Order: sequence, then structure tokens, then C-alpha cells
Amino acid sequence: MIAIGLEGSANKLGVGVMRHPDDDSPAQVLSNIRHTFVSPPGEGFLPKDTARHHRAWVVKLVKQALKEAKVDVEEVDCICYTKGPGMGAPLQSVAVAARMLSLLWGKELVGVNHCVGHIEMGRYITGATNPIVLYVSGGNTQVIAYSSQRYRIFGETLDIAVGNCLDRFARTLRISNDPAPGYNIEQLAKKGKLLVDLPYTVKGMDCSFSGILSAVDALAALWGFDKEDAANDHDDAKGVEQTHHADGTVKPTSADLCFSLQETVFAMLVEITERAMAHVGSKEVLIVGGVGCNERLQEMMGIMARDRGGSVHATDERFCIDNGIMIAQAGLLAYKTGLRTPLEESTCTQRFRTDDVLVRWRD
Amino acid sequence: MESAHIPPLPSIFMHTNPSPTLIAQGAEAHLYKTSFLTPSTPAALKIRPSKPYRHPILDRRLSRQRILHEARCLVKLMREGVLVPGVLALDWEGSNNNNNENDAGNQQTGGAWLLMEWIEGPSVRLVLEKWEVWMKRRLQLLQPLESGSPKRTEPLKCVEEQEEEERVRDLMRKIGYAVGSMHKAGVIHGDLTTSNIILRKNAIKDRENNNSERLDDITIADSVTAVGDEELQAMDGEIVLIDFGLAGQSTQEEDRAVDLYVLERAFGSAHPRTEGYFGALLQAYRESFKGAPNVLRKLEEVRMRGRKRSMVG
Repeated sequence: MIAIGLEGSANKLGVGVMRHPDDDSPAQVLSNIRHTFVSPPGEGFLPKDTARHHRAWVVKLVKQALKEAKVDVEEVDCICYTKGPGMGAPLQSVAVAARMLSLLWGKELVGVNHCVGHIEMGRYITGATNPIVLYVSGGNTQVIAYSSQRYRIFGETLDIAVGNCLDRFARTLRISNDPAPGYNIEQLAKKGKLLVDLPYTVKGMDCSFSGILSAVDALAALWGFDKEDAANDHDDAKGVEQTHHADGTVKPTSADLCFSLQETVFAMLVEITERAMAHVGSKEVLIVGGVGCNERLQEMMGIMARDRGGSVHATDERFCIDNGIMIAQAGLLAYKTGLRTPLEESTCTQRFRTDDVLVRWRD
Repeated sequence: MESAHIPPLPSIFMHTNPSPTLIAQGAEAHLYKTSFLTPSTPAALKIRPSKPYRHPILDRRLSRQRILHEARCLVKLMREGVLVPGVLALDWEGSNNNNNENDAGNQQTGGAWLLMEWIEGPSVRLVLEKWEVWMKRRLQLLQPLESGSPKRTEPLKCVEEQEEEERVRDLMRKIGYAVGSMHKAGVIHGDLTTSNIILRKNAIKDRENNNSERLDDITIADSVTAVGDEELQAMDGEIVLIDFGLAGQSTQEEDRAVDLYVLERAFGSAHPRTEGYFGALLQAYRESFKGAPNVLRKLEEVRMRGRKRSMVG
């Protein structure tokens, strides 16, 4: 069986082609391509601009994906698209594209929950059977465990997502959004040494990031890192050498702020994941979502899991960051259990909880 | 978890005789039973092992903050006359840590610890679990009688039931009063479950009934076979709140209401048979301090709202 997956819930437009051979041999990723809408430094991506980007690129990407996969339209069994959650306008453009393909080719549609897509792709790539899942991205922060046909949310953010916190701090510092603001924060954080005090907000298995963002933004303003001309300081010596004042106080660098922000929010994520592991009695952790690419987060999670006698599974940017193949993978699993999304129901929604999906393909 | 790494004890507890025994292990802390000053004085030792994944400065800050926080809440409650474990000693740095920077690899030894008074007695969770088993058994015994001669056994059953209800209500009232006193003192527990509420035998009664069976020795299996009057004593005693690891100081109605909501859910999920008695707990809470009625009004809101908002992608 072959599925084509279309993803465009945020600023990434992804198209992937997945094959599940009939003889139960391992699934094959036939193609997985992505085009990202990159906004200028200091700005986030707006829904209308992102939707315009997706509309402009979707036909090109679908053609290229089929070509790379060496698959004819006739061989495709179903068209999987992201039903939600995500930004309204970008989701709509991709849903319209999916409907168009469905009518054009006469293929059935499968609406997929974005979060479940991430989890299923992570499970497929790493081979983790029943892990605690930490799903961290620009729009989502959840600790998830599977139990009786649902991916249940054990803990989540009470306000903004961890990736949103990092991205918005990148905006404050006017760091480039290319390839991703979080990636550039990670690179800058590698040069940081000084840990500044930031709020640490964990409530049971939930956490909160908005106060931390305010605090680190205020520090950036205090030390003048939020100015228009500050952007080019981050890379040269000025950006990474601390200034020692006569009165003994040390002026942190923008790299130190990135470092401190990462150390603090990642410690919170590892803490709530550990709590969920202790609660459920699981030893495996799977990290998915865009922030999951961060090597420092993977390292910290690895230390925690090792001390609990377990291990951590993570994937690289091809599968961590939003992509079309994960939608094809989760969609195909649902398709095989008989799920179809009729044309008149092929809507999309900005709010679609992970635990709303009945996971019929697992025991 | 056999392969899990259990950090060594802080050095001053390494040579005690008998050595501390591990009772519970959570994500955050390890709880040991040990002794204080004399081998016959039991004490609870809570260790917050340092977390090697965290930046050492952040780790020290959090361990210190949390252990001091917990101790301050306990001391405050003690002063206000609320029954909680007394604080005996603590070390927020961990004992092996002589601020030696070269010793960074050794920081894992120990960790911050808190030594508390040992509270003897079963948790309310255990008491209620036993009671639920016992009730089920009782009802099964009554069933055949009931169908045989309904008119005669009905008044008998009513008396039984009334006694039972009164015992559970009394326990619930005591819990409600204890939670109320804690809130009155300006402390929020943060993790109110029936496992964190201990039913301690009154000291005087304990001496009187010295040769009677100890409460915590009665297992569930025992209570199934021995459906006798000694079970009636199982709900006597005083309520002691434990585990203030997630506690905080607040007098806000919202925080207090969330505390009650968490407790209500804990009762609902772990002890479904006691659900009808939760009103007695809230009634006692209402009478325990002046601001309580407002908290209960807030509780209505919290219930309506639930915990999770719908997520925005």
C-alpha cells in the first residue's frame, strides 16, 4: 500500500510518499521533501503569508515527491493530510490541495492528527515499542503515554510551547530564522558559559514557559541585546566575551542568555518526563517534534534515562521537524484499519487534541 | 527497577545501625526509614539526589529551594498546631560537597536531605481500601438473608449501615478539618492524595491497647477473613498530613480550591465507594476557618473548568 502525506500546519510544507509492503516487510520511505517559509529576522511567520507560501509550493512539491518516489499516481492508495492542530490558514490551504488531488485522481482521503503523526513516525524510525513520548515543537509541548487505544497526555504546557519560547527569544535577539530560529539559538548557546537565574516553573507534570520568556526578554533588554544593530554582534567576539565590571558583576553575553534559557527549559522538560516515567513505570523515552532535534536536550534526556536504567530514542531533522512522511505513516496505519475521511468531512481544525484520536492500530 | 541507578546515601547516614531502609522511590526523592539519636526513635529521611542532567548551579539552586521550602512549610504548620511530621535536621548542600570544584564528578553522592519525625500508622488509602473490601464482604454476607426475609433484616441492615456511614463520615470530617487547618495556616499541599494522609493512633489509646493487634499489621487479606469488631477501631486516631514536597505558601482561594479538587479526584479514582461521603469532608472544611465558604464556592468553578484547556496548535 502506498500513501502520500501532505503536511502544512505551520511554516513547513512537507510531502512524503510511504509504502507498506503487503508481505509485512518493513515500511519504506519512498520520498520525503519539505519547503520552509522563512520569515525575516525579528519576525515570526504570519498565517496569511504562510498560507500563500503553501499554496504557491504545494503542486510543485507533490510532483517532485512522486517523481523521487518513482511512483505513478495509479499506485497511490490514499491521500493523507493534516487535519490539525495548527494554524488555520496554512492548514486550510493544504486541506484544499488534498481535496483537489482526491477529486482529480479519484483517491480516498485520510485526515491525520499532527501529533499522532509525529509519534507514529518516531516509533517507526527508532523502533521504540511503547515509550513515554515527549513531543516538543513550536506549537506543542506534551508528555504522552499510550494506554488502551489512546495517546494520553500526562503533562503539557500551561501556556506557550517550548519551541515558541525559544523562537520568540530568537526574535528578541533578531537572530536569523534560517534554517530555524531554534537551531540558531542552539548554536549560539554552545558558546555560552554563564548561567543566569531564570524562573523555573514545573507544576506536577505540567510546565509553563511564558514567565521565563518575559524574564529572559527583560534581561536581553537590560543588556541591550534587543537593538536593531545588535544582530551582527552575536557572532563576533563582542557577542561571546563576558564583560567584567569593577563592582564584581559580570555582564552576560547573548550567548550566555541562550545557554541559560536552554538549560532551564530543558531541565524542566526532562523533569516532567522523568515524573511520567516514574508514574507509568516505563524506561524508554521518545523525543519527537522540532525541538527534539536539539542535541543538548537529547543529551540531558539521555543522562536521565540512563540513571533510570533506560534509554532515549530521538530522530534527526528529516523526521523530527514537521514533514509529509509522518502524515503518510500515521494515515496509512489508520487507513489499514478502515478509516476514511469522506470529502464532505475533510475539514481541518486548529484545535485537535492528541487524546481525541482512537488508536485502532495498536493493542 | 533493578538496573536503575540508586545514588549512595549522604555520608553521615552511611554508618548508622541499622542502616536506613528504602521505603519509596519517586522521580524526585527517595524516602528512607532510619532512626534519630537513639536506635529506638524512628525517623523519615527524604533525599533529593542531585540530577546529573541539570547544570550544577541550577541543580543546587533547585535542590536547596525545594528542601528548604518543604521544611519551612512543615515548621510553619507545626507552629500553627497542624499535625505534620516535625523537622529534625536538614542539609541543602548534600554532605559530601565541600565546595570543591575538582570534586565535580563526586557531586552525585548524597544530595540535599531532610530528616523528619516518623509518623506511625496506615495511610488513609490503606484504611479505605481495607474498608471497601470489608464492606463488599459484609454486603455479600447480607445478600442471602435479605432475599430470604426482607422485612426482618432490613432494620438490622440499616443499623449496620448507619454505623458504617458514621465511621467513614467521622474519618472524612477529620480529614476535612486537617486540610482546613493547613489552609488556615497559609500552606497549600500541592499533592493531596489519600496516600499522603496518615491515620495515626492517639498516643494514649495506643498505650491502653498495647497488646491489641497493630493497625498496620492488618493486611487486606486479614480483613477479608476477620470481619470482626476490631475493624471498627481502624478509623480511630488523628489525621497527619505528610509529603510536602510540592507544597507552597499561599492564601489564595484558587490555590486552596485546586488542593481540594485534587483530593476529590484522588478519592473518586482510588475509592469510588467513598464518593458519597466527600460532602462530610467538605462540610468539616467549611467549618474549619473563616474563608472556607469562599474556597468551596471557588471549588465549584474549578470543577466546571476541569484541568485541561483545549490545545492550540
